[in-house]
Amino acid sequence: MSEYNGLFTTSADPKTLARLHRELEQAAEREGLLDIAYRTVDSPVGPLLLAATPRGLVRVAYDIEDHDRVLDTLADRLSPRVLRAPGRLDAAAQELEEYFAGRRHAFDLPLDMSLSRGFRLLVQQHLPSIGYGQTRSYQQVAELVGRPKAVRAVGTACATNPLPVVVPCHRVLRGDGTAGGYVGGPAAKTTLLNLEAA
Amino acid sequence: MGTKQPFEMVVERHGGTVLRICRVLLASPDADDAWSETFLAALRAYPDLPETANVEAWLVTIAHRKAIDVLRARGRQPIPVEEVPEAPTTLGLPGFDDNGLWRAVRELPDRQRQAVAYHYVAGLLYTEIAEILGGTTDAARRAAADGIKNLRKNYTGGVPS
Repeated sequence: MSEYNGLFTTSADPKTLARLHRELEQAAEREGLLDIAYRTVDSPVGPLLLAATPRGLVRVAYDIEDHDRVLDTLADRLSPRVLRAPGRLDAAAQELEEYFAGRRHAFDLPLDMSLSRGFRLLVQQHLPSIGYGQTRSYQQVAELVGRPKAVRAVGTACATNPLPVVVPCHRVLRGDGTAGGYVGGPAAKTTLLNLEAA
Repeated sequence: MGTKQPFEMVVERHGGTVLRICRVLLASPDADDAWSETFLAALRAYPDLPETANVEAWLVTIAHRKAIDVLRARGRQPIPVEEVPEAPTTLGLPGFDDNGLWRAVRELPDRQRQAVAYHYVAGLLYTEIAEILGGTTDAARRAAADGIKNLRKNYTGGVPS
């Protein structure tokens, strides 16, 4: 009866599936089952993945981090109840757009820092105190958090920042004033620094 | 080792198949409701699904139950049609008429319809279908074969000879 296989394999129409997906997003949110909502946005530093828990924005990821892998990690570390659900990320997308247009100098978004712990969390919580257009050295940040000898650990905390751009690890530079490494790659770091210097 | 993939990948990979299953089991818009109920229930239970589970068979099992729920909610008991109409369907059109085919499948007795859907649409093994329907693997295989026989009798549009 294998001739019947072909008859049953017509594609279910994409429009209906898109509508059903939107309804699933809303129902999941209503029922408290949307543990992680995500979407992507375009930006001058490439497509960014945005993910949020009910508590707030939990992850911003660059293309070079591999969005599929980032989602796998979120599913593993936080919850596999992950859905592409742009609604929850409207505010974040809007603020990022304003930031890249030069119209926003500080983010006003609830953040979920649950991907970070210990010293890294401490450093990341201090980073927003470095204002728009300013920079600090790794050494200065180490002093800021009261651990002047922990310069390398500050570097690690910046490199593992789950919320780049929004939590401004790009404002932390090497002691000699060169940009240093960056989770989004050196070109992205330069782009952000130039944007803020304009 | 194997970690559980994000639920979005489950929707992407299996959403279309589950919708086809729901459409075989129910007429629209009940089919859409069954799809929604299926994926919401799946999302709820997903964290507890064993990593080794066959995700598609799991989804079809949920859809099977949800389709029955939807029928009950509509006040229509899913009474099996014991006798398949002998007259050839008027829905059969020359060439490929998918809607007509689905309608013809929906006219099959419950078990045949379910067995045809789960084997030919979802691609489940008869052992998996037997678990969903209850009964033996042979009974599931027979139900699908009888269903195809009845389809051949009642649906002429686009069926290869």
